[in-house]
Order: sequence, then C-alpha cells, then structure tokens
Amino acid sequence: MDMLQFPANIAAAAGVNFAAIMPEVILSVIAMALLLVNVFINSEQKAYLGYLSLIGIVVTFFSVVSGWGAPQSGFNNSVLQDNFSLFFKGTFLVSAFLTILITDQYLKREECNWGEIYPLILFATVGMMLMASGTDLMTIFLGLEVLSVSLYVLAGFNRANLKSNEAGLKYFLLGAFSTGFLLYGMALIYGSTGTTRVAAIASYISQNGMVLSNPMLVAGMLLMAVGFSFKIAAAPFHMWTPDVYEGAPTPMTAFMSVGPKAAGFAAFLRVFIVALPAMKADWSELLWVLAVLTMTVGNITALKQTNIKRMLAYSSIAHAGYVLVGFTAGNAVGTAGVLFYMLSYAFMNIGAFAIIVLVGRKGEENNNVSDYAGFGFKHPVLGMCMSIFLFSLAGIPPAAGFIGKFYLFSGAIQAGYVWLAIIGVLNSAASVYYYLRVMVFMYMKDPTEEFDWLAVSPSLALCLLLSVAGVLIPGIVPGTLLDLAQKAILM
Amino acid sequence: METIFFTIVAAVTVLSGIMVVTCRNPINSALSLILTFFCIATLYVTLDAPFMAAVQVLVYAGAIMVLIVFVIMLLNIRSEVGRRYTHAGIIGTVVGFLMLVLTFNFLNNSSLTGAKGLITTDVINKIGHTELIARSMFTDFLLPFEITSILLLVAIIGAVILSKKKI
Repeated sequence: MDMLQFPANIAAAAGVNFAAIMPEVILSVIAMALLLVNVFINSEQKAYLGYLSLIGIVVTFFSVVSGWGAPQSGFNNSVLQDNFSLFFKGTFLVSAFLTILITDQYLKREECNWGEIYPLILFATVGMMLMASGTDLMTIFLGLEVLSVSLYVLAGFNRANLKSNEAGLKYFLLGAFSTGFLLYGMALIYGSTGTTRVAAIASYISQNGMVLSNPMLVAGMLLMAVGFSFKIAAAPFHMWTPDVYEGAPTPMTAFMSVGPKAAGFAAFLRVFIVALPAMKADWSELLWVLAVLTMTVGNITALKQTNIKRMLAYSSIAHAGYVLVGFTAGNAVGTAGVLFYMLSYAFMNIGAFAIIVLVGRKGEENNNVSDYAGFGFKHPVLGMCMSIFLFSLAGIPPAAGFIGKFYLFSGAIQAGYVWLAIIGVLNSAASVYYYLRVMVFMYMKDPTEEFDWLAVSPSLALCLLLSVAGVLIPGIVPGTLLDLAQKAILM
Repeated sequence: METIFFTIVAAVTVLSGIMVVTCRNPINSALSLILTFFCIATLYVTLDAPFMAAVQVLVYAGAIMVLIVFVIMLLNIRSEVGRRYTHAGIIGTVVGFLMLVLTFNFLNNSSLTGAKGLITTDVINKIGHTELIARSMFTDFLLPFEITSILLLVAIIGAVILSKKKI
C-alpha cells in the first residue's frame, strides 16, 4: 500500500506556483493587515480583530476546501499541496478558529487585551500549514520555526503573570534546544544524500542502497525523530509540557496542545513515510518504544495531578502516545486514524479548555479539580458539555475519541503489533480514572464555595457548540470523516 | 597539510565551544563564543566558501556578539555565576559516556562518505561562490527564503509584545 505518494494527476509544477501555497498566502496577508488595523483602534475594540481573524480563517478554509482533490506542487517541489496537507490544514484552521473564539473573554478578564495575539495565532497557523505541505526539509524547518517563535510569545503573552513568563522562557529555551536536534538531523541527512527534497532523498536511498549503512543517515534519522518527538510532546522529551501548559494563558494552552501537535505529526509522517521508507524497520521499532513510553508516562503521571491544566497536559502527552501507535503501524488504517484522531482531538481538547477558561477568575484560575465540586448541578448545560469532552478524551462511545482510538489500535493489530495495541487499550482504561474523577467532583460532591453566575460570552458559547458537534457527529457517524482521512493519505 | 589544518581548527572550535558553557564569567563565555565563530569562518574558507566566511564574521562575530557583550555589560552581570546548572550531572555523564562508546563502535565499522555534491571547487572557481548562493536561494530555495521574512516579522512582534514597557 503506497501512502502519501506524489500524486499522479498533478498540476504543472515548474517554477513558482502560487496555487500551491494559496491558504498560507491568504492567511499571512490577513494577519499582516490585522497588525495594521490594530494600530488604529482603541483597547475596547480589540475584539473586532478577533472577528476579523475568524473571517480570515473561514476564507482560508474555503480555499483549503476548494483545493481538495486537485494537488498542486510549486517552488521547484518545495511545497506540495495534496489531500494529506489539506486535511491537516483544515485541522489547524479548526483549532485556530476555536481558540480565537475563547480568547477574547480570557484576555479581557486577565487585562492583557492586546490585539497582537490574533495575528500571532494566524502566523502560527501559517507555520503549521507550511509544515504540513512542505516537501523540502528547509520548508518544513522554517514552518516549524514560524510556528515555534509565535508559540513562545503566545505562551508568555500574559506579561504581568510570573507563571506565564516562566512558561514562555522555558518553552523558548527547551524549544530552541530541540530545534537544534532537528536541524542537525536534517543537516546529516543532507550530507549523506545530497538533497533536502523529501522525495529525492527517498529516490537517492533506493538507488544507492549502500547509504543505509552510513552512520550519518542513521544518526540524522534519530536526531530528526528526537526533534519531532519534542514538538509532539512524546516521552522522554515531554518535560516542558506540564509547566508550559500550566503557565501559559489558558486559550493558548488549548491551542498549543492541539495545533502544533498535529503539525508535528504531519511533518513527522511526511518525512518518515516519504523520505525514509527504506529505514522503516528501524524507525517503526523506535516509534514502538516511544509510543509505549509516551502513553504510560503520560497516563501514570496524570493519575495524581490535582491541577486540571496539568492533568490535561499529561493527558495530551498520553494522547500523543495513542497517535504514535497509529504511526508505528504505518499502514493505511493506522495513518488515516492519525489524521482522524488529530481532528477530533482538536474539538474535544479545546472544548475542555473552554470550560476551564469559564471557571477561572481574574488572578485566580480555579484550576484545582476540587474547584469543580458541584459544578454539574449549578450549571447543568456546561457540566454536560464538560462531561461529553471528558468522555471523548477517555475514549468512551459514542464520542469521536472512541472511534479515533479504535482505528489507531486496529491499525496496529493489522500491522501485527498486537502487544502495542494491548498496551494502548490498557493505558486507555487507566486514563478513565482521572477523567472520571473530574466528573465525580462535578456531580457527586457538594460545592465548597458558592459559584458565581458564569458569564458565557456568545463567542465562547459558539465554541462549546461547535466542539460538542465536532465530538458527537464524527463519533456517531464517522463514515464521512474517515473517508476523507483515507482519501487524504491514498492518492 | 589541509587535514592537519582542519584538525587544529576543529579542535580549537570544540574547545572554545566547551569554554562557552563552562566559563564562570559571562564575559569569558562571550569571548569564547567569538573564537568559536571565527574558527567556523575559517572552516568555511577551507571549504571554498569565502562569502559564507565573510558573512559569518560580519554577522555573528561582529554584530551579534557586540550585542551580546553590550547586554552583559548593561545588565552588569559582573559577579561570577556561582554554580552552573548541573542537574543530574552524574547520570548525564554516565549516559553521555555510554553514547560515546556506542558512537565510536558505530563509526569504526562503516564509511562516512555521503553523496558527492555537484558544486565542486572547479565549479565554484568558474561561476563564483556568491553567484551560486544567489542562484540556489532565488530558484530552488525561493520559498524558504520568503518564509524567513514571515519568521523575522513574527520575531519582531514577539520582541515588542514581551519587552516594550507600555503597549
């Protein structure tokens, strides 16, 4: 089964082809325009920037949808806009859209209402899109840098808050370190194959089999795996995750836990499946170990967290592990499962973070699990939304999280990794404990303090509505989305 | 001759690199970093890449290092760093040593020669190094070149957001 192959029905690709980077161009232009608009409006009107960026995201989404099925390659094959990258671009746009919906209320409450946050989110999205469609190691690397630099700033965006400062600085230092690994790996691959084009690397290796025993190539593969593992927060490269997720402004935590993870997986898949298929035996063994470690470390550490943001940070590590299971399988079912899972994870995780944004107060984030005591009775609708998200994260039907896990694990079984699937299912069962603990507090404990009336802004309500729909609809009728995911990898 | 020269320069590069992270006084670290940059520039010259060497000296050893030294002096970090960050030093040493043994084993049993590039010394002498760089930057790597401008824009916004006194 050939996945992610260079499409046969490709549009003429010589030279510059702007159609191949249309979504990126649209989104960057809108982000730059918003920077200018930001200068001319006063601080009460910053929410308009949010609405404008939402419109921009919708426009970009239409350009993504219209590109479906008509692959475009451009800039001497340094980008390829195929269905695979379009599916991921859709995922990034969804996560940026949902994030912006919950940003405004948080910024006003924390009094850090600076308009630059919206262009930064859009630029981060541009970086992610370039990572997904890059077919040149340089494009992928620079996309990753655009994404990372935006995220460092977003993590430290709440300047007056010490924890946010710490998150920004920590993320910057460790991120720069891991970028070094990734770049060194790319340099070694370039040194051993003489090209940075992903497809050309594969053809060089297939024509010169001797290079496979070249330590430079092997070391390059390993270093790139380390760099990407950092970005997707896989154990043992996950140490930054809890601190950064806890300290960063909550909407940005939601964004960070979804979009960049998906982008990391997109580039990881593209580079390893397209460029290094000859070393599949080696890297799937490596990913096996990474997947097991990531799932187990994430879940076991999450069990004893009392802060809900930290708990979701460890849970996001565990989810990276589940997705790695599908990646390890390396077959069509597992890889399509990766795509499906990243999209549904965007809905469920950002939805859960939207509730966390709501429960917080200025200066007091109310992040302990015990702060949720009695929440389900005081706010039945919000409690129900939170329960749906938690059920989906735990992988209980009929939520999308269940279908996603089902495909990831069945991909692993089809590829012969039965033990990997068993470990995954056991881990998933353990995770139910900490997700349901929040629900136990929500529905079975009396509130320790009176809940204030929660002000749900319309945009936040829209975010919750979309997230619930995004969790339940693919969970009950997964056919359409799975079909798209399968078309995305096989064409 | 060339091999001996390379060995000396490479050894100085690595040593000064180690000095950067082990020196007690930040100024000494900064000066070692300048030495590292100069050595790398020398390596570029031996690779027939004079333009890269010049840029390396101008941009890194010149502009960036001046900034770093300025910042160190302005912040008045005169006192020595009491203790360098040595979290899990012993474990790190053991793992590092094991990795070193593995790497040596690995390297001993194989050849390191990768793909030979198209741009040999003759080509460079015929066309010119700067022109070759410009050609590949504006043809093959046009898109990465353009993405860099977005990257710099994001970095500027970030610097302003995080450090300007009043936004």
